[in-house]
Amino acid sequence: MRTSSVAQLAQDLRARQVAATELAQAALNAAQDNAELNAFISLDAAGALERARTADAALAAGAAPALAGIPFVHKDIFCTNGLRTTCGSRMLQEFVPPYDAAVVERLHGAHAVPIGKANMDEFAMGSSNENSAFGPVRNPWDAARVPGGSSGGSAAAVAAGIVPFATGTDTGGSIRQPAAFCGVTGLKPTYGRVSRWGMIAYASSLDCAGVLARNAQDCAHVFAAIAGHDARDATSVPRAADDYVGALSTTLKGIRIGVAREYFAAGVEDGVGAAVRAALREMEKLGATLVEISLPHASLAIPAYYVIAPAEASSNLARYDGVRYGHRCADPKSLEDLYTRSRSEGFGAEVQRRILVGTYALSAGYYDAYYLRAQRARRVIADDFAQAFKHVDLIAGPTAPTVAFRLGEKSADPLAMYAADVNTVAVNLAGLPAISLPAGLSQGLPVGLQLIAPAFAEARLLAAGHQLQQSTDFHTYTPGAAA
Amino acid sequence: MSAWQPVIGLEIHAQLSTHSKLFSGASTAYGAEPNTQASAVDVALPGTLPVPNRAALGKAIAFGLAIDARIAPHSIFARKNYFYPDLPKGYQISQYELPIVSAGTLPVRLDDGRTLEVEIQRAHLEEDAGKSLHDAFHAATGIDLNRAGTPLLEIVSAPVLHSAAEAVAYLRTVHTLVRWLGICDGNMQEGSFRCDANVSVRRAGTDKLGTRTEIKNVNSFRFVEKAIEYEIERQIRALENGEAIVQETRLYDAAHHRTRPMRSKEDADDYRYFPDPDLPPLSVSADDIAAVRAQLPELPEARRARYVAALGLPDADATQLCGDRATTDYFEALLAALPSEPKLGARSGGEVQVGRDQAKQCANWVLGELAAALNGAALPIEQSRVSASALAALLTRVREGVISGKIAKDVFAAMWAGEGDADTVIAARGLKQISDSGALATAIDAVLAEFPKQVADYRGGNDKLLQFFVGQTMKRTRGQANPQQLNALLVEKLKS
Repeated sequence: MRTSSVAQLAQDLRARQVAATELAQAALNAAQDNAELNAFISLDAAGALERARTADAALAAGAAPALAGIPFVHKDIFCTNGLRTTCGSRMLQEFVPPYDAAVVERLHGAHAVPIGKANMDEFAMGSSNENSAFGPVRNPWDAARVPGGSSGGSAAAVAAGIVPFATGTDTGGSIRQPAAFCGVTGLKPTYGRVSRWGMIAYASSLDCAGVLARNAQDCAHVFAAIAGHDARDATSVPRAADDYVGALSTTLKGIRIGVAREYFAAGVEDGVGAAVRAALREMEKLGATLVEISLPHASLAIPAYYVIAPAEASSNLARYDGVRYGHRCADPKSLEDLYTRSRSEGFGAEVQRRILVGTYALSAGYYDAYYLRAQRARRVIADDFAQAFKHVDLIAGPTAPTVAFRLGEKSADPLAMYAADVNTVAVNLAGLPAISLPAGLSQGLPVGLQLIAPAFAEARLLAAGHQLQQSTDFHTYTPGAAA
Repeated sequence: MSAWQPVIGLEIHAQLSTHSKLFSGASTAYGAEPNTQASAVDVALPGTLPVPNRAALGKAIAFGLAIDARIAPHSIFARKNYFYPDLPKGYQISQYELPIVSAGTLPVRLDDGRTLEVEIQRAHLEEDAGKSLHDAFHAATGIDLNRAGTPLLEIVSAPVLHSAAEAVAYLRTVHTLVRWLGICDGNMQEGSFRCDANVSVRRAGTDKLGTRTEIKNVNSFRFVEKAIEYEIERQIRALENGEAIVQETRLYDAAHHRTRPMRSKEDADDYRYFPDPDLPPLSVSADDIAAVRAQLPELPEARRARYVAALGLPDADATQLCGDRATTDYFEALLAALPSEPKLGARSGGEVQVGRDQAKQCANWVLGELAAALNGAALPIEQSRVSASALAALLTRVREGVISGKIAKDVFAAMWAGEGDADTVIAARGLKQISDSGALATAIDAVLAEFPKQVADYRGGNDKLLQFFVGQTMKRTRGQANPQQLNALLVEKLKS
């Protein structure tokens, strides 16, 4: 099943060439065969096989949804009723939620078959998956390299062919960057398009649930299942989802793609820039027009993001206090001691760093200089996009400035790590949808092309990706079998 | 004139009487087993999100309209960050820079007859915390999260009150208003109406505010008054001794009638407020406001003024009737149930349906006989054993002359005891007033025959003896004589 897509598997299931239980078992086996990737925090064989049997029954009865019987993995940030949900943290090592996240419910409703929970950077804070309390994830293309983060387990599981798709979340690039590093397709939807109910918060105004899959078509199928309004999330937008699958056939003819100068600035590896430009030329051949554009305030994105996200995180993570659930230190001597030791032991270094940064940014006397300025920068960045979208339909650039780096290469230098998010974080600050598409290789490693669209234009993104993938084979490259 | 002027501002927390919490569907009912009314949201499980309760919003708007305040078209929920075990999220969702209600005024009538226009700076929505149970377990603190997330309206006055008495009068007025509006049950014991007082003093005649202290969570009007009085005296004493006032939070110790500092925390001041990213701005449309306004009852001060102006009630009666919504509603129902009788003094062409003497009669009954009966039975007026319409029937019989006002009290007592309505009691007890002049004349003749000396004295000029004959005749008729008729007949017969 290594190269099978969702679409192919759905066909095979309906043709009775394979049963959902067999697909689930195969995925569970593949997960174990690839244990050295460390892509999973939990596997749920019993739950997966039970859901697979239900899916088989639905398939046998006919009229099963498109994803019925398709195995996949949830990022371990989505609460799963009865199945521990760690968010990659020692803090939640033993936490078993009593409820399902909205995304989990919707995929249950679609009869898709979750086989477990994917590894991730702790509380989604990281770009390399080295911040997991459960150990780093390895890149299937090169075990010495990172898969990207924070949805690194999700990306690695798809890239390694263990599952055809995975859920992920993206606060500053956490779907797109690992998708780029692992050579898969990753969709970060518009803020508010997918419910955040049950998705453990990192930075609430930026967090988005999305999907990683082998190709844009598969992303469209999964996205169609998870998009929509949810009254339990006050930031969920009460607007009907579009026909994302139906829109895939929309061609690139007449589509104007803005090639953002700033996204090819210094710091972008030559091989990455070249691969992305080559992929864009393919889109041009398919009828798209390439237009050089500028996003003049792009450089504000990193500083703004690394104030706003930690500020929100410092508050969001205050609930992990050792009182009601989660890690509690042994033998607390006082309330202060309970808080201090539970949190110091439960949170890893990067999480603690961001809590400290965020607490500082919100403190009396610093709030205006940091938090408010960052919010002003955020508006300016959103305005840049709004201006650009008056002239173009999509904005393009490399998803990440480099290919996957080596484990440990940047972990000693947080600022270098943060700087690598330069092309992704602005999209979150503006709340826009974006997709990372495989765009060939550099140094034998995958390169990602990022396309950004106006709010709620996910159908345009998915169609553009699908059209490119219909006439190119970048998305079919797999680790160890590169062209 | 004292050399010092106290300056007081109150922060009142009124628990809004919604069925569910401000941001979750859990029940707000008081008194349940600990932690049985705490949902995943209230416990702050990872991944849970708040959704505002529109019912609480409506109640906040009602308060804002009642104090003639500005209702913000977009108000912002903010997070107030601090760690405490009964605060599950590690932050309280409140409103900070843009509250739903701002810049209102509330007229407060003082005992000396003055009316203070108290400026209310803001009233904002926020969620309550849970409760720490320090005494329930040995060497450990229990946490009950049933109250966590309960909606509160925090009502903040400007520092415009200058005595403990003014502060309490204001507090009572707000207490009356929130119950009047039906937005808070006002129960201070259960903590649904709480008050923190900011107190400072300054040299009389100066404008600059002195350093203030905050007295936390005092749970009765009397204690609020005593706590503020104590704190004013303490501060004056300190300043006169050349000491500085420390800005701090103090607790009132009712047992020893004093305030004492709470353990102060160096870091307690910085709440790191910022807009809650889980909650978009709270929108209130003109239609939302109009809908609440349409449901708004006549307000206490307007109704009191109407009672004085249109019904001619004495100010004291009007104030007492309007002291609480249920009493005035009973009074309104009583007036409405009376037959409209122009001959009883209604102004022709006016809006007054009930004569002034009749209104006064009703007020007397509600504040007198009925209040005493309710008091005796320890019942709220909503649970009165004599309904407003039943009382109206009784008072109508008095006005019709069927029974005297004095007999009416006995009839009322019988009605209260469950012996039936007014007419049933009057018939069963044979209390119908004797208005038959023949029967009255017979009784008078018997009395005059019995007391010849007194008759002679009266005729000799001792007018005071008339009351003696009235009393004796009443006794003979077991109180059923129509008093006016009796008087007239007696005078007539004594003349002859």
